Amino acid sequence: MLDINNLKVSIAGKSILKGVSLHVKPGEIHAIMGPNGSGKSTLASVLTGREFAEVTEGTVTYMGNNLLEMSPEDRAKEGIFLGFQYPIEIPGVSMVNFMKTAVNEKRKHHGLDPLSASDFLKMMREKKELVEIDSKLANRSVNEGFSGGEKKKNEIFQMAMLEPKLAILDETDSGLDIDALRIVANGVNKLKKADNSFIVITHYQRLLDHIIPDVVHVLYDGRIVKTAGKELALELEAKGYDWIKKEVENNVIA
Amino acid sequence: MDKDQDKILDEVTTGEYKYGFHSDIESEQIQKGLSEDVVRIISAKKNEPDWLLEFRLKAYRHWLTMKMPAWPNLKIPVINYQDIIFYSAPKQKPKLNSLDEIDPELKRTFDKLGIPLEEQKHLAGVAVDAVMDSVSVKTTFREALAEMGIIFCSFSDAVHEYPDLVKRYMGTVVPYTDNFFASLNSAVFSDGSFCYIPKGVRCPMELSTYFRINAANTGQFERTLLVADEESYVSYLEGCTAPSRDENQLHAAIVEIIAEKNSEVKYSTVQNWYPGDKDGKGGIFNFVTKRGMCRGENSKISWTQIETGSAITWKYPSCILRGDNSTGEFYSVAVTNNHQQADTGTKMIHIGKNTKSTIVSKGISAGKGQNSYRGLVKILKNASNARNFSQCDSLLLGDKCGAHTFPYLEVDNQTAIVEHEATTSKIGEDQIFYCNQRGISTEDAIGMIVNGYAREVINKLPMEFAVEAQKLLQISLEGSVG
Amino acid sequence: MSGNSEVSEKYLNLYRENIDKISSISAPYINSFRSSAFERFSKLGIPSKKDEAYKYTNLNIFFDHDYRSYFLPVASDFIKAEEFRCDVADLDAHGIVLLNGFYPTINDKLRQLPSGVWIGSINEAALRFPDLIEKHYGKYADSDTDGLVHLNTAMASDGVFVYVPKGVRFNKPVQIVNLVQSEEDMFNQHRNLIIVEKDAEFSIIICDHALSPKKFLTNAVTEVYVGESAHFDLVRVQNEHNAACKVTHTFIHQEKNSITSSINMTLHGGLIRNSTYHFLGGENAETNSCGLYLTDKWQHVDNFVNVDHAFPNCTSNQLFKGVLDDMSTGAFNGRILVRPDAQKTLAYQKNNNILLTDDAKMDTKPQLEIHADDVKCSHGATVGQLDGDALFYLQSRGIDKHEAKLMLMFGFAHEVIQNIKVEPLRERMDNLVMQRLRGELSRCASCVVKCG
Ligand SMILES: Nc1ncnc2c1ncn2[C@@H]1O[C@H](COP(=O)(O)OP(=O)(O)OP(=O)(O)O)[C@@H](O)[C@H]1O
Ligand SMILES: [Mg+2]
Repeated sequence: MLDINNLKVSIAGKSILKGVSLHVKPGEIHAIMGPNGSGKSTLASVLTGREFAEVTEGTVTYMGNNLLEMSPEDRAKEGIFLGFQYPIEIPGVSMVNFMKTAVNEKRKHHGLDPLSASDFLKMMREKKELVEIDSKLANRSVNEGFSGGEKKKNEIFQMAMLEPKLAILDETDSGLDIDALRIVANGVNKLKKADNSFIVITHYQRLLDHIIPDVVHVLYDGRIVKTAGKELALELEAKGYDWIKKEVENNVIA
Repeated sequence: MDKDQDKILDEVTTGEYKYGFHSDIESEQIQKGLSEDVVRIISAKKNEPDWLLEFRLKAYRHWLTMKMPAWPNLKIPVINYQDIIFYSAPKQKPKLNSLDEIDPELKRTFDKLGIPLEEQKHLAGVAVDAVMDSVSVKTTFREALAEMGIIFCSFSDAVHEYPDLVKRYMGTVVPYTDNFFASLNSAVFSDGSFCYIPKGVRCPMELSTYFRINAANTGQFERTLLVADEESYVSYLEGCTAPSRDENQLHAAIVEIIAEKNSEVKYSTVQNWYPGDKDGKGGIFNFVTKRGMCRGENSKISWTQIETGSAITWKYPSCILRGDNSTGEFYSVAVTNNHQQADTGTKMIHIGKNTKSTIVSKGISAGKGQNSYRGLVKILKNASNARNFSQCDSLLLGDKCGAHTFPYLEVDNQTAIVEHEATTSKIGEDQIFYCNQRGISTEDAIGMIVNGYAREVINKLPMEFAVEAQKLLQISLEGSVG
Repeated sequence: MSGNSEVSEKYLNLYRENIDKISSISAPYINSFRSSAFERFSKLGIPSKKDEAYKYTNLNIFFDHDYRSYFLPVASDFIKAEEFRCDVADLDAHGIVLLNGFYPTINDKLRQLPSGVWIGSINEAALRFPDLIEKHYGKYADSDTDGLVHLNTAMASDGVFVYVPKGVRFNKPVQIVNLVQSEEDMFNQHRNLIIVEKDAEFSIIICDHALSPKKFLTNAVTEVYVGESAHFDLVRVQNEHNAACKVTHTFIHQEKNSITSSINMTLHGGLIRNSTYHFLGGENAETNSCGLYLTDKWQHVDNFVNVDHAFPNCTSNQLFKGVLDDMSTGAFNGRILVRPDAQKTLAYQKNNNILLTDDAKMDTKPQLEIHADDVKCSHGATVGQLDGDALFYLQSRGIDKHEAKLMLMFGFAHEVIQNIKVEPLRERMDNLVMQRLRGELSRCASCVVKCG
């Protein structure tokens, strides 16, 4: 589904990703962990087409297409979803209007008729229940005045609405209370199908207790320095990153 | 993304003006130019009583002593007043008995503009006074309203049928000496709407005047007088369009509102005069004096305006808050695209005690448009506990436009609280990207964000017009807005 | 002429009658500006309330009056000036005194300080450092609307000159004390030039004092050049009496990467008008323009600030606050201009005022003029009273109302004072403002002359 090969990215001339390779097959859940500033969000930005980061080398293929050549909205319409680490507020734009446009744009892209107003509202209602989001939130402007946790839940709600093939969740767990964490995780699990995949960026094992990853990667200083099964997350939780950093340094010396 | 955005902006701003057609209607016009004789001719055409002719002549003589104001931040070409036709009326029989007598072409024109003159066809709950060039052609629902004691008719009819009311109120809020264009209007105004809501009556429908300039080389000078007697309520809407022509045309109107004790007047404008083409050729000069007086206690006047048209707009719908506890509001969205210039804002003059005012102004500049907010909040010495809050935001779409904010706050009372806030910023790239990421194109994202930005003001419009306004906003920015 | 023609005529005549005398004691380069400045003054005149920039200030109260004009320095006056010390406890500064606009030392008209910094008389500098003067004098002070700038150029003949050479980080501030002293009502003008070259750092304090209870009118122009990556701080402390009128015009020209601050502390004065012009003439320049005015009796204080963003990536902040008592009046007129190419500008402006009585009045006019799209600009202005909730909170902790009000007002004022970087001066200002708010005399405690 997604093939990243030797991806190098720099921001304002500073090299941030230094050769990342990652292969995601349909139905897989990948977790990416790594210390602050290691480049996780940058990777997510590049995958969704945010332009401040410059790709200097490498390829990204998504379902057989060169992803890097696609516009952000085409990527979205082709099924890539990003749950932002810091969702932005858009005053005056109602959630309903926002989502309706997004859903119908996607339908148009796939040759479907737009949803009728009543079908759309029905869908909203269902998905709201799915992610247990307060229905009042959906009546407000996009993220405006939402608490940190509410913003994150709202991202999951949008994911549910858009039914992506590849969802990238950038620290969607941070700022969530315990119940919300469970809700988010359940939301993800309910959306999980045989053919859709997730990349979950997180710092904590607790999310991975609910969303069981197939693979865990550690991104460190712009490189994936370790890839293993779900037990890696536990090990990181227990030991922190120092041992990995040491391993990396030793490798360099060796 | 920048380049794409520019391209989209460009596409958005090249949107065509939808109402630029011209109707072939025979009209009766007088000679070009302005003189005392012309003033007399206009008055005679309308069969006016002497007192009104006197008023016009005084205004004209005063106007002669005045100079065209040199407004900062506006570039206005010289206007030759001898080159304007000051009276032009669609030819029709003098008295209309039934709709059949209206020139079919005239009816067609208003149909095309979405303003059917047949009552049964019209939007339920809206009464319309349709004005073309210098005269009112039809006022709908006049009889139905009359049953409740509401007077809604053309200004000319009012002069004949309700001379006492007109005499009592005309010029009390905007005196003929007020400013250059108000004096000009007072001398040559041709028609307009008159509305009186009697004591204790809540007007059950929206009253509306639709202004259409059709003839070439004419100016439009209408006058609206709206009186809300004690305990009454009315919501009033004004719309306007004009054909696309290469020459500039002058529109200099006056609106006066009087709100008595415990009354409320909502005045909404969707201004869509021809803005000129994308090179800045043609378009209406819209120089308008609008002012309301909250005369009685607890009265309220609320102005809402969506300004998308005109080559140059200059207007400051204002409130004089004389009655204690009276309230003034001003909600405005002004869009300037291509070469349009808008200089708009409000004056809130607090005279009475416990008076309140709210100002919300949203400027949107695109293309080479220049958009200024100019406002005055004045708290007089005896206006204790006066409150004002002003929020003036500007949104910039493209790097050749300008957005300017010129508030004046004059506070002469210790117990007043006056707050003004303004921000100017570019449309957020992060916001656009967030929409893109959800599959929404940049153009749609821009449309959504702009509408969201203007929402607070659009929400103040009567339902029927809010939708219209929203579309208009999109169209005005088409080809240019980001 | 757009200004007030009758009053302007007085000053036109003053020029015609005295220009020979003035020129005779001035350096030729300074004289070379006079006739064209006079031309421009005669076009613009003394500003009246019809001029947008003076809409809220009636200068006539002071300009329409017969003064003795101080065109020639009188040696005997200088003795008093030498005695004067404006004490700020622990303030370690190099001092310069100007008396009635002249540098009152006969022998040592220019002094060299460590690291090659020069301070002294501008007229002397025009003779000794012609290159520097020709490069900077008259290059920044200009106005298409304010005739008073040109009146100064036409007739001022002395003032302070400061030169901080390239790379010199001069830690000790220089303090200019402007004294006016006369047995008759007096009009005077002076002209300062401060040059802070590339990579240099410099801080200056200007204190205005009136030494005799006469009516004074001062019209001063200060030009400041701040070179690339240089730092410059200006604090102006105005503490004159109610019969003194001070009109100042300060033009700060900044090159790229430079950082400046300007703080106007107005504690006393009959009519004060400070025009401060900031020109951000290179990328990444930053300026902070602040003011605090505490007025009472019949005082009037008007701050006019113009920030001109001409290059990308510059930042400006304006913060002006006032507390107005009795029947005093205040005006604020702040403008942010962002020119078409000045993308990524950040510009902020705030003006907050508290009216203490029903007779006090405040007019404020914050303005944004934006011609570039990628900018973040905002302004806010408020006129009101102390926050009732905050007052109650303090009272509920047992502080009596009067004291609570003082605390809140002090906090309000301190937001400006805290921008003063020179610590002893900052403390001194906190003190003065506290005394002032308590209604105690707030003139320099150790001032040798009990004036006003
Ligand atoms: N717009 C930008 N301009 C300059 N540097 C940037 C920018 N965005 C990111 N960086 C830098 O790139 C590096 C990687 O940032 P990124 O946000 O990808 O980290 P992260 O792994 O997501 O960290 P965290 O766990 O804290 O979210 C950091 O050093 C960051 O400072
Ligand atoms: Mg991150």
